[in-house]
Amino acid sequence: MNPQTYAASTVRIVQQLLADHRTLALILAVPALLLTLLYYVFRDVPVPPGVEGPFPRIAVTMLGILPMLLMFAVTSVAMLRERTTGTLERLWTTPLHRVDLIAGYATAFAGTAVLQSLVLCAVTYWFLGVTTAGAAGWVILVAALSSTVGIACGLLASAFARTEFQAVQFMPLFIGPQIFLCGLLVDTDLMPRALQWVADVLPLTYAVDALSHVRENAAMGSDFTWDVVALAAFAAGALALAALTMPRSTR
Amino acid sequence: MMTSSADDFATPQRRPRHRADVDTDVDTGIDTGAGTPASGTTGGADAVVAIEGLVVRKAGREILRGVDLRLPAGSITGLFGPSGCGKTTLMRSIVGVQKTHGGRVVVLGARPGSRELRSDVGYVTQAAAVYKDLTLLQNVRYFARLYGASDDQVQETIRTVGLTGQARQKVSSMSGGQASRASLACALVARPKLLILDEPTVGLDPVTREELWGHFRAIAGGGTAIMVSSHVMDEAGHCDRLVLMRDGTILSRTTPAALLETTGSATYDQAFLAVIAHGEAA
Repeated sequence: MNPQTYAASTVRIVQQLLADHRTLALILAVPALLLTLLYYVFRDVPVPPGVEGPFPRIAVTMLGILPMLLMFAVTSVAMLRERTTGTLERLWTTPLHRVDLIAGYATAFAGTAVLQSLVLCAVTYWFLGVTTAGAAGWVILVAALSSTVGIACGLLASAFARTEFQAVQFMPLFIGPQIFLCGLLVDTDLMPRALQWVADVLPLTYAVDALSHVRENAAMGSDFTWDVVALAAFAAGALALAALTMPRSTR
Repeated sequence: MMTSSADDFATPQRRPRHRADVDTDVDTGIDTGAGTPASGTTGGADAVVAIEGLVVRKAGREILRGVDLRLPAGSITGLFGPSGCGKTTLMRSIVGVQKTHGGRVVVLGARPGSRELRSDVGYVTQAAAVYKDLTLLQNVRYFARLYGASDDQVQETIRTVGLTGQARQKVSSMSGGQASRASLACALVARPKLLILDEPTVGLDPVTREELWGHFRAIAGGGTAIMVSSHVMDEAGHCDRLVLMRDGTILSRTTPAALLETTGSATYDQAFLAVIAHGEAA
């Protein structure tokens, strides 16, 4: 790892993000818009008096789901663009180490992801009236970590994708199982044992568990800490794997 | 006309002359690749690039079938041949982004793509591989940081390629020729000892092509070894040395003047066809 080439790559990727106003606007606005849409979907669903409707639980869960999925899509395409335009091959002929490139992408996009989470949380708390027992800061932390996992997995997936078409196929593969098994549709405790095991190795499960913890508890216990550590470990693991699997020379 | 010159070239009585050229070990002979690896080449120990018996296979097919080549410092070597003959694969092998399956490639005394070489070898890919959504200055500055080059070098390089007025323009809004020069600048900023240019003039108008060749000549004048590939034979006249390739082998290592003379052709296109005919007859 070389601080200079890492910093240069981070700056370059941020410059690219800033140059593309439309993409930046979409990254920041789309999750909040989707959640707002969901709010109206549930708004008129009748609930017995004194019982909370389904939306607040789903909204808080979405604060973990949307950032991870959207940043996965953004990152895998961005990295693939680097490959298909020939700049990636060119970079391999420069002193840049792949760890510096991967870390540069992770840093630039994680910064964007934090902004995205801030916008999403602001809309959720102030506009959609969702409340949590725990502090909003914890929600932002989990949302940011969740999107970092998405970034890391996007970089890893793009190492295996040769074409845009393949990259798009990775999205349902990455997104589908995690949505089904994360506890949003069915509580993980109620799923068959085999699926619980699968859920245990999927990062989104930990994000959803952490967020439901923040929603229900004012104090963060060891369960929450474990979820956050697990998410960070997933992100670090995927980044390391991405750096290892990205080949410098090709067949 | 072309057919007759090719037939003429392949006649047995003319062949000994070319063999003799090879034996004198000067850089003018038509070497069909059947000779010893180092024959018909210049630059012995001081060669910037030395390739012996290079073999590259892709999907079971041999793309390069035992290529021998040496590039001396301060000269422009033109790599010519039809599309798909292995030019790009050969260049990728030299810069170290290609998996090879046999033979040896030594660049400035080291393995291609090794860490100590990366600031000394510039690679300009076929399509202008720069960040088109960024300005020229942002692109050149990024590559300068990667190579550890100074900001002064950034300005100087932009001046060298004649794009001072376009420094703050996005590459996406540039013309084809300007984008090619932007891509060249990103390699030049390292002040490389070896510059590999893959079809840098493809799709450009004659005036722009001429300008680019002027840049290449100036860079070579500074001592950089340059290898330029092209499938437009007309450009052969700009080179010091020529390497003609076909089907993964080198048909000939020669000079522009010698190529025209030995084939008795009026144009480089005809000369190349004559060399192919000669190679097939041999």
